[in-house]
Amino acid sequence: MTDNGKVTNIFLSGVGGQGTILASNILAEVFLGAGYDVKKAEVHGMAQRGGDVTTHFRFGKKVYSPLIEYGEADFLLSFELLEAARYINWVKPEGKIIINKQAILPPAVSLGQVEYPGDIEKTFRKHFKDNVWIINGQEIARELGNIQAANVVLTGAFSNFFPEIKEEKWTDAIKVLLPTKLHELNAKAFYEGRKII
Amino acid sequence: MKKVMQGNEAIARGAWEAGVIIGCAYPGTPSSEIMAEISGYDEIYTEWSPNEKIAVEVAHGASLAGGRAIACMKHVGLNVAADPFMTISYTGVKGGFVIVVADDPGQHSSQNEQDSRNWTRFGKVPMIEPADSQECKDFTKIAFDISERFDTPVLLRTETRVSHCDSVVESGERKESAIPKGLDQKDTPKYVMVPMYSRPKRVALEDKIAKLAAYADTEFPYNVMEINDPSIGFISSGVSYLYTKDVFPQYSFLKLGMVWPLPKNMIAEFFKKVKKVIVVEELDPFFETEIRAMGYKVWHGKDLIPAMGELSPGIIKQSLIKVVEGRKYKPPKIMIKPENLPRRPPNLCAGCSHRPLFYALKKLGLYVFGDIGCYALAVAPPLAAMHASTCMGAGIGGAYGAGKVLGKKGLGKICAVLGDSTFLHSGIGPLMDTVYNKGYSTTIILDNGITAMTGQQETPGTGYTIKGEPAAIVDYEQIVRAVGVKNVRKVDPYNIEETMGVIREEVNRDDASAIITVNSPCMLLRRANPLGKFKHPVYTIDTDRCRGCKVCLEINCPAVSWQKAEGQTKDGYKRKGTVFINKDQCVGCEVCVQVCKFEAIVPGAK
Repeated sequence: MTDNGKVTNIFLSGVGGQGTILASNILAEVFLGAGYDVKKAEVHGMAQRGGDVTTHFRFGKKVYSPLIEYGEADFLLSFELLEAARYINWVKPEGKIIINKQAILPPAVSLGQVEYPGDIEKTFRKHFKDNVWIINGQEIARELGNIQAANVVLTGAFSNFFPEIKEEKWTDAIKVLLPTKLHELNAKAFYEGRKII
Repeated sequence: MKKVMQGNEAIARGAWEAGVIIGCAYPGTPSSEIMAEISGYDEIYTEWSPNEKIAVEVAHGASLAGGRAIACMKHVGLNVAADPFMTISYTGVKGGFVIVVADDPGQHSSQNEQDSRNWTRFGKVPMIEPADSQECKDFTKIAFDISERFDTPVLLRTETRVSHCDSVVESGERKESAIPKGLDQKDTPKYVMVPMYSRPKRVALEDKIAKLAAYADTEFPYNVMEINDPSIGFISSGVSYLYTKDVFPQYSFLKLGMVWPLPKNMIAEFFKKVKKVIVVEELDPFFETEIRAMGYKVWHGKDLIPAMGELSPGIIKQSLIKVVEGRKYKPPKIMIKPENLPRRPPNLCAGCSHRPLFYALKKLGLYVFGDIGCYALAVAPPLAAMHASTCMGAGIGGAYGAGKVLGKKGLGKICAVLGDSTFLHSGIGPLMDTVYNKGYSTTIILDNGITAMTGQQETPGTGYTIKGEPAAIVDYEQIVRAVGVKNVRKVDPYNIEETMGVIREEVNRDDASAIITVNSPCMLLRRANPLGKFKHPVYTIDTDRCRGCKVCLEINCPAVSWQKAEGQTKDGYKRKGTVFINKDQCVGCEVCVQVCKFEAIVPGAK
């Protein structure tokens, strides 16, 4: 996957509080450690207020733009179904998609004004066939004792796309970025995720 | 050591490496992290100033005493600081003085979209603009050298995709400035800007700018020409350069690290070396106008590239692919139309004290002059309880002015609402005006104990400094009384009935009044134990009683949602659904409980 001459584009999306930014920080730590140039872009400010959160993450030999071009994402790593659907058009035809099977209702749905779209999984499978992985990340995290670790479960699943990067590089990154008391839980979450794909 | 850093973090690192000893800021997205990061360095005194004007004045004073100083703000903050800014260019500096201004193209988190590059020519202050985090650090350092060498403040302009992007930075060591600390011998012609001294300074300023222009051309290391395929040359700066480089890497580039003064000779040389020039810049045609005024023929610029909102590689490709490569732009496949999906706007947190307060204002039918802060989220339906919001502090003057037009007919109809931090930033002046000039409007100060929207920054009202040290606390009631407000009330916004009563009384008065909320800390301010006051940790719906009337949905609480389900209450009322409380999100604030007419919301178990 990691051809040194090209830039790899990873589009992350989720809802504020789901750990989208932590996941992108893990990617930054791992790919910088692997000797790549990395850039990532996110918008802060209102994420804590339940808005959507996106991160553009790019790595390669030399990366210029921090933003991914439309239709150029190699991967979509999403922590919520609707937030995956919102960015489907960013993914290139042969792109790979990893989605957390969770629905967090936006206000218009909570108010009963519109329905939460029911056919998201189907749409992804229609366009991307076998390149779609829908993972029940928060269930796995709940079993491990903390629903917050769903982002790391998905990161674990995602790590399989980069076989040249050793497993401990990922767990080391988690240790660097999280407080000690969360190391064990998140390492477990990572391994559980890694088993999936 | 190489590290991935956010642009703001890299500016902070650059300030530290440059030997800065004072940093002042008022928070504002996307600039807030700069001072938060700088406050982590022991060698630097830092502060959250009450507003940006004060930040610039304090930092300038520090510079006059020989310290390297930095003041940071978002684009609208420089509007507030414009007064000192426009004259500091005359007095100059002693210790290096850098003003960071962070623009927000696309208005991710701002009330307007401004291109701060316009300040550089207007204020006659040089401006440099980094493109990524390494440049953020390097440019910050060189900005201090330029400042001391040319005796001028320097503007460092970033924008959201520079401030909030992360990229690789090679760190260096701290080096103290060679400027000695201490006050100079009295030098009134330099520092006292009365007309007899400011007129010669005005003349000297032109000479300074000429010297800076020469520096931009011959010495500044970050104006860089890259001659590749010479058939097309792009002139660009900052993140726009990175986008363009990504889309059209094979062509030639003039990357401008200095926005103004421009390197005229270098531009002339570029026009000789390439056949056709395209100027790519975000927002206004700043370079394009300047370069056209120099007499050059710019092939394309704002005729093809949008002058509003953010650019991106996609937008640049869409705008330019036809003229650059002669082929039609092929848009990516649309698999789902994003406009067909429910939006996910930000919302007040579950339990937020602004929710019941704005619910009360809505029920009272008041025309609400709002302000800048989390409470601006109250504009969103279904709460939809704000009528006007312009800039920080504007609500108070607005309510007062409207009252002057309406006279007695406006009694009971108008109020101004703003947060504690916003009040300290720029609310005291207009409140004074309201009282002094016999206005009658009611000002409601929402005291949640912190600057909330930008991510929990301290203020003079919180009792702590930026470094977490205990500090004096502003007494809002005393300030309000001191400017002459006689009617001062305190309300606990979580008691909706009582709050409505107090507001009703005050808005009907024919002289100025103020209401200050108590017991209303931000839900994210852990030290204030915001959940401690709630009797029960969570509430639930008694489906025997819920009639599905949807009244509780009007408060727009993220924990409360609608569920379709035909059924009936215990007493036989047929309903089409019930509400549902998400126990992971509910904090037990009881706002929905007070709104429910059927006693259907009851304590639950976590």
